[in-house]
Amino acid sequence: MAKIRIPTPLRAYTDGESNIEVAGDTVAEALGDLVAQHPDLRAHLFQDDQLRNFVNIFIGDEDIRFLQGLETEINSDDSLRIIPSIAGGNPPISIGGKQIADEEAPR
Amino acid sequence: MTSLHQRKADLSKEEVKRYSRHVIMPEVGMEGQRRLKASSVLLIGTGGLGSPLALYLAAAGIGRIGLVDYDLVDFTNLQRQVIHGVSTVGLSKLESAEARMLDLNPDIEVVKYNEPLMSENALRIFGEDWDVVIDGTDNFPTRYLVNDACVKLGIPNVYGSIFRFEGQLSVFHADEGPCYRCMFPEPPPPGLVPSCAEGGVLGILPGTIGTMQATEAIKLLLGIGDPMIGRMMLYDALEMSFQTIRVRKDPACPVCGIAAEEIQLIDYEQFCGMPAHDHSEFSSVDEADELDIKSVTVHDVRAALENGDDVLVIDVRDPHEWDISVIDGTLKIPKPDIQLAKNGIQGGRRLWEETILKDIPKDKTLYLHCRSGVRSADSIAFLSEIGYDLEKMYNVEGGILAWADEIDPAMPKY
Repeated sequence: MAKIRIPTPLRAYTDGESNIEVAGDTVAEALGDLVAQHPDLRAHLFQDDQLRNFVNIFIGDEDIRFLQGLETEINSDDSLRIIPSIAGGNPPISIGGKQIADEEAPR
Repeated sequence: MTSLHQRKADLSKEEVKRYSRHVIMPEVGMEGQRRLKASSVLLIGTGGLGSPLALYLAAAGIGRIGLVDYDLVDFTNLQRQVIHGVSTVGLSKLESAEARMLDLNPDIEVVKYNEPLMSENALRIFGEDWDVVIDGTDNFPTRYLVNDACVKLGIPNVYGSIFRFEGQLSVFHADEGPCYRCMFPEPPPPGLVPSCAEGGVLGILPGTIGTMQATEAIKLLLGIGDPMIGRMMLYDALEMSFQTIRVRKDPACPVCGIAAEEIQLIDYEQFCGMPAHDHSEFSSVDEADELDIKSVTVHDVRAALENGDDVLVIDVRDPHEWDISVIDGTLKIPKPDIQLAKNGIQGGRRLWEETILKDIPKDKTLYLHCRSGVRSADSIAFLSEIGYDLEKMYNVEGGILAWADEIDPAMPKY
């Protein structure tokens, strides 16, 4: 099975797991399996059924945007990575401990 | 790779000795060292990443090093910001860094910009003849600003970013490859980032990434090796793993995909939905206008104070106003201090318990007052942005002026 590497900021939603095995023949199926295993991740990766546009998915060293996007086919020995957007020593934080997106802040 | 400039500066006998371990390497040599002396590098931030950058670039003999920072050295910085020390806590980071750099190498020039980097000043600062800009900031709005200004002016941007045990490194030089926006077209919305429990950073991590940024800068200036243009290095300290991925130029990039003169610096706080620095006026809820803020009368305030109700009354006026009149039994925190703390928390630079807000419990009913009721409403809006319950906060109608009219006629009005 292919593996997906989870970056630190998202491990809070995968019970701390950093490498997760996923089933599927395409990136879409692999991510679908990932969020089926860890439903809390869904809101971080998808908006409706679209990949959020600040989420970068790589297969090996290549961005899927420059392959066939979510339809890119994967092999069982492929390594996928989610590349996080990180800004500095601390992330912007909510002291209310709000989890996620019910509450995307107004822009 | 060709070097960014062909200028060379003469070296004194003493300098040749100082840089002898450089000069004896053919990749640097006398010529390279003279080129470094004629080089200029601008560092955005003198914090975690900026500390090793400033130290090593000063030691390496970069002739002119610019520092942009507005902050003061805080005791909690010393876990990672190794250019500062106990003796400089409370001083300006620029003064603290400059003293250490010149102690290390008095032959360099340090140029200080004691101001937060903003759209209004970025082109002026970046335009003062810098060969390389190095991004050592700690927040999304400034990262997008640094990128866009560098693309506009054609300056390479050595990017480094850190989070907990992970780091990223790249060189964004739009003349020769992609820019930051090609990789990260827009930031994650503020609601989609981890809570404070997941914050923090290994103190050594900015040292690891910052020294690699310094390495990339030197390579660019000397024109040696393979710079990280079009690549990003991902570092995981726990795994001690390094992986390099490809970063491609996006032909449709809204910044490097258009002509330089058409690039406009925008309101990056609005773009990212978060304040870039503690002194920012930015508020994601547009102050109090969009909120449904509850209110109480001064009679409610008196009753609460007299009955010993479990209510905290907060006076958000400025200190000079406290000398004129004051309601006994209030906690006094000026509105600007609340805003400063809010910005620091929202921008990820401060934890709640490191700010003045630790004196305001989150589970208690709060009555906020000012002179007439406007600043206290704004303060409620600020607190609501960082997790205080809007249902438990009340604005005191009419402020202390109403108190003077209705409760204590002897109180002076102003």
